[in-house]
Amino acid sequence: MNARRDFGMTRRHLLATGGVVLVSFTLAPRTLHAQTGQNRQPQVQLPGSLQKSPMLDSWIAIDGAGKITVFTGKAELGQGIMTALIQCAAEELDVPPATITLITADTARTPNEGYTAGSHSMQDSGTAIVNAAAQVRAILVDLAAKKLNMAADQLATKQGAVVAKNGAKVQYKDLVGGLDLHVAAQPNSPLKSPKDFTVIGRSLPRVDIPGKLTGKPMFVQDLRLDGMLHARVVRPPNYHARLIKLEADAIEKMPGVVKVVREGSFLAVVAQDEFQAIEAMNALSAAAQWQVPADLPEQANIFDYLKSLQTRDTTVLEKGTVGQPGARRLQATYHRPYGLHGSIGPSCAIAKFAGDRLTVWTHTQGVFPLRNALADMLHIPKENIRCIQVEGSGCYGHNAADDAAADAALIARTIPGRPIRVQWMREQEHGWEPFGPAMSSQVSAALDDRGKLLEWQYEVWSNTHSTRPAGPAGNLLAARYLEQPFPEPPPKAIPMPEGGGDRNSIPKYALPNARIVYHFIPQMPLRVSALRALGAYHNVFAIESFMDELAAEAKADPVAFRLRHIDDERARAVIEKAAKEFGWKANEKRPRWRGRGFAFAQYKNLAAYCALAVEVHVVRETGEVKLDRIVAAVDSGQAVNPDGIRNQIEGGIVQAASWTLCEEVTFSRTTITSRDWSSFPMMRFPAAPQTVEVHVIDRPGAPFLGTGEAGQGPTAGAIANAVADAIDARIRTLPLSPARVKAAIGV
Amino acid sequence: MIWRGVAGFIVVLALAFGAFYAWQWRDEIAPVKPPVASSFDPAIVAKGARLAAVGDCAVCHTKAGGKPFAGGFPVQSPFGIIYGSNITPDPQTGIGSWSEEAFRRALREGVTRKGNHLYPAFPYDHFTRVTDDDISALYAYLMTREPVQQRNLPPDLPFPLNIRLSAAAWKLLFLSTGQYQPDRTQSAQWNRGAYLTAGLGHCGACHSPRNSLGAEDNTKAYAGGKGEGWTAPALNSASPAPVPWTADQLYAYLRHGFADEHGHVAGPMQPVVQELARASESDVRAIAVYIASLPGAQNAAQLQQRTKAALQFAQNRNPTVVRRISTTGVAAAPEAQQMHGSADGAAIFAGACASCHHSGGELPISRPIELGLSTPVNEQDPTDFIRIVLDGIHPAPQRHGPIMPGFAGALTDAQIIALAAYVRAQFSRAGPWTHVAETLKAAHKNPEPKSGMP
Amino acid sequence: MIQLNVNGHMHQVDADPRTPLLYVLRNELKLNAAKFGCGLGQCGACTVLIDHEPVFSCLLPISVIDGRYIQTVEGLGSEEKPGPVQRAFLAEQAAQCGYCIPGMMMRAQALLERNAAPSDEQIRDYMAPNLCRCGTHMRILRAVKHAAQLMTAAGHGALREASK
Repeated sequence: MNARRDFGMTRRHLLATGGVVLVSFTLAPRTLHAQTGQNRQPQVQLPGSLQKSPMLDSWIAIDGAGKITVFTGKAELGQGIMTALIQCAAEELDVPPATITLITADTARTPNEGYTAGSHSMQDSGTAIVNAAAQVRAILVDLAAKKLNMAADQLATKQGAVVAKNGAKVQYKDLVGGLDLHVAAQPNSPLKSPKDFTVIGRSLPRVDIPGKLTGKPMFVQDLRLDGMLHARVVRPPNYHARLIKLEADAIEKMPGVVKVVREGSFLAVVAQDEFQAIEAMNALSAAAQWQVPADLPEQANIFDYLKSLQTRDTTVLEKGTVGQPGARRLQATYHRPYGLHGSIGPSCAIAKFAGDRLTVWTHTQGVFPLRNALADMLHIPKENIRCIQVEGSGCYGHNAADDAAADAALIARTIPGRPIRVQWMREQEHGWEPFGPAMSSQVSAALDDRGKLLEWQYEVWSNTHSTRPAGPAGNLLAARYLEQPFPEPPPKAIPMPEGGGDRNSIPKYALPNARIVYHFIPQMPLRVSALRALGAYHNVFAIESFMDELAAEAKADPVAFRLRHIDDERARAVIEKAAKEFGWKANEKRPRWRGRGFAFAQYKNLAAYCALAVEVHVVRETGEVKLDRIVAAVDSGQAVNPDGIRNQIEGGIVQAASWTLCEEVTFSRTTITSRDWSSFPMMRFPAAPQTVEVHVIDRPGAPFLGTGEAGQGPTAGAIANAVADAIDARIRTLPLSPARVKAAIGV
Repeated sequence: MIWRGVAGFIVVLALAFGAFYAWQWRDEIAPVKPPVASSFDPAIVAKGARLAAVGDCAVCHTKAGGKPFAGGFPVQSPFGIIYGSNITPDPQTGIGSWSEEAFRRALREGVTRKGNHLYPAFPYDHFTRVTDDDISALYAYLMTREPVQQRNLPPDLPFPLNIRLSAAAWKLLFLSTGQYQPDRTQSAQWNRGAYLTAGLGHCGACHSPRNSLGAEDNTKAYAGGKGEGWTAPALNSASPAPVPWTADQLYAYLRHGFADEHGHVAGPMQPVVQELARASESDVRAIAVYIASLPGAQNAAQLQQRTKAALQFAQNRNPTVVRRISTTGVAAAPEAQQMHGSADGAAIFAGACASCHHSGGELPISRPIELGLSTPVNEQDPTDFIRIVLDGIHPAPQRHGPIMPGFAGALTDAQIIALAAYVRAQFSRAGPWTHVAETLKAAHKNPEPKSGMP
Repeated sequence: MIQLNVNGHMHQVDADPRTPLLYVLRNELKLNAAKFGCGLGQCGACTVLIDHEPVFSCLLPISVIDGRYIQTVEGLGSEEKPGPVQRAFLAEQAAQCGYCIPGMMMRAQALLERNAAPSDEQIRDYMAPNLCRCGTHMRILRAVKHAAQLMTAAGHGALREASK
């Protein structure tokens, strides 16, 4: 496939005539429809991402040799999505998974599925592929029926062939002659019955792991293009610093240095070799003089500061009347600090300008939105840009991937024809990525005299949880420092039901009277965006902590107290499963300094259900929290790859345990001071939980429920509850660092 | 005749031994039922906690990965290893059955409740200065800890030191009991600092030289010593720090582990600083004020001049922009040893060290101080430098603090020696080190023990 | 020209002797496994073995290699013929994004060459210099344990010699 010809093509039209397969590209669907008058935009709701990209050949192609290619607009981020999507396609197409080639996010080749984020991939892409595959299978069966002169209902599919009861058999590859997949998907697909599944529901080994274990070039960091040069960026001392003076002559004479790039306050250096680029970057940094304002707030009172800023308030839930005289009333305030993605591999991108065309290899979560932002920044039509997603180090949300792409593009523009590889340094990644916003919430609830929740009032304060670059260039870091800086676009709140800062602000529990308010803070003293689970991490921490405080007030067992307030059968099932596997007994006596805690949430109240029971012990003298045992139960609907789900939940738990016990972005009045793994420690092996068990509750035939972020909030809640149980004191500000735990213990 | 002489000698010897034996004899102090926590005033317990932090009790009484105060930490001495004992209130294996009197006697005289002599690895030569009130508070604190059943390990000492009477003999020679006597000419803060430094803080245990029998040489107090395989730099006028210490810099160092004119804490001082974070702020300030006074009265203008010169030197010697352009990458001091091949100190520094120890201008990186200000680089003895190169610097798990990887295994001895020569020439005005190879050999033989206390 | 013995193959490298090994492995020798993570010796993504010692290749100038034996993940086995550590990581599906995993495998290899049957605690302590951000810790620990069993079963007591 000629890469050059792919630019601007959004449709693939596969025509096969006489065994010769022609791949041609048509214009955008709207034009196509006008020309042909067919394939109208569907009036009815199509499953998953088929709604946005309804043509079957956007998803599945079969070439003349019967080779199947599946396309997804989603990206592999280490979550194992490629394997699960291949399983979806293989199942409904009835072919062995190993025969499928999967193409992931590429503006020239795949459907536009927006971002790979929000635990949406299985819901969006998985659902689309399952349905598209089922419809393609039906088309193949119809073709076979004609060929065999048999009724379609006499035919079945097996291992890449259509088979008849009488033993007649046609391979798919022998059917592609008449196959036209450039047809719109139907709202209903002839899906297999889950009881006939042979691929879905099995823990197929991940397709990307063997290459990663053997040093194959799996990551964007590993790409080495012909003529590639290495670049490093010099970032300013802080957000609002401006470059005032630069003496770069000496640096341009350093060994291997090809060029020093300066555009306004955007500064970079390009060299032949990577280490030369790093040394030149250090020298360039030392040679630059900046105007550095001290305009960050005091970290010590960051929560008060954030709450003092102007807010835009929305009432997330209003039910019954609040402010009733309850039998017993409790209130509390919870905080979480700024959080860090902290990908182990700093962000990286390669960009190449050829003529007026730009190609970018990037580990962005959204190739199409990034393309828009790059087009805006570079003042070129988006059709001239191709963004190809290549896996990076795990991102956990909006990290610096897009920014690195912008850096590479800006530098590549100054050296046409040469691929430019930019990788950020560790200090840059820690200091400049958009952080997970710091959050506060205040909760007050009343119990009736039977110990049931009578009312619930909850207010939460937060910045936006998405400043992803989607259109205006101002959300690309480099764009803000150009000669003509792009303004930072005004932040927007992500609306419910998914929500941003208010994600999971509505408890899943039965609340006769409730009022929930989201105070959205537009002003962002630190750069923030989406970090795994967004506001749900904080809200579930707060809600689940407070549920334990209420249970204690009601003299009820925490698990029983939760079950008392929840009717949803699947929610009850995960709670009961986690409690049972943990061996949770009500009113169990525990030795001093040992504690256990429970938490539950359904992610976004519409994705996977997850419940967690945790056992800890606390070292009284140091305040260290040791994680002795974690047992989780999860319901992700139809489990496509149970081990993939376990891996995601397990990883989410360990990561969130690290957030909860030791992580906090730190800053002075001038700059971010958590700049590496020494100033921002995270969990190392000796502190990892002793055991983590994840129990998957499979729901054959049920819709896929996003899982990737479902464990984060419950982990914070369960650990906080276990610590409170162990030390007999409640800590409501994260992280539960040794110093904070020790302070709560006292002498 | 001769036999009478011999007999007489034997009699004298026996009498002397009898007198010594009688002198050293300590009665057992009756065991008590472990006091209940509620019998102590919480304010006294809290005071005890702050004092225990000054005394770093937890450091030597907690083994790596062990329970706090339950003992087992190997204290290295030139004579062998003595293991910190269990000082939790467990009645069988700890000090749960010790009365306050027994506890006080242990601190003041180095004797167990049963009357056995303790080795001076337990610094009773310092603790003997502690007041009754402070001992009461420490007792209250320790008796309200979690009891842990963990048997004490016998010391690993050669004959005759493995006989406890040897400790008594040591005391006869070197232990002078008596509380701290304030110096009326000095401020209350200075006196507080002097009391804590000499007593609970037992700073001299490492920072003063010891004689061949392991006793501190009181005529050379704080003139620098050894501890746990490291050099403990002099705190008096012989301090090797390029910039003279001030009370403020000392406070920052002792309280937070970092002083911008001296760098980050490392080695056996690291757990000390971690403990001091829990001491009372005023006590740490007092210690800083006292230690800053140790070099004696100095001419302010001279001090300023020394400070300025040291800062200037350090800055000049840092690999900076222009110097990086030279082919060696890092500017070589004229006297820096020029070597080639695999033991080229400048190349090793550029590839192994400069990633962190560089001058990145405004690059906002959490980086170390200029090496020209570093005490290990400027000490007479290369031990600390070698230790840091071999083992690196590591914060306690999950805590903030600089991480420097160790290069043992990565660099050969010849390469470390070349690196040492380069670093010394490049970042210090003192002459070249001698004995680097011997120091390195000794460091390989004697790896550093790790305490269980973060 | 500096000679590097990588996984048993001799390479002549024409690079500045000060260049850290990591960049030479990746950019000159096109070996992808060792990764840049921090350049500060804090995360272990760049871990390789030099004469069987785990080292941070991001902080090791090639000038000091001096003929010593460098081993990377590429020397542990291939996709077609994975070595015991690779087989164990595969069996345990011990990867999420996988960026840190080559460093993990090399450190595990070093541990198992020293201690054929490490305890859980010994594994945790030995692996402490290496960071994983995806939270794959539990699987990595299982994989190291599993690798120990595979090596023992295959009689890899003399593994250290065998891999020379």
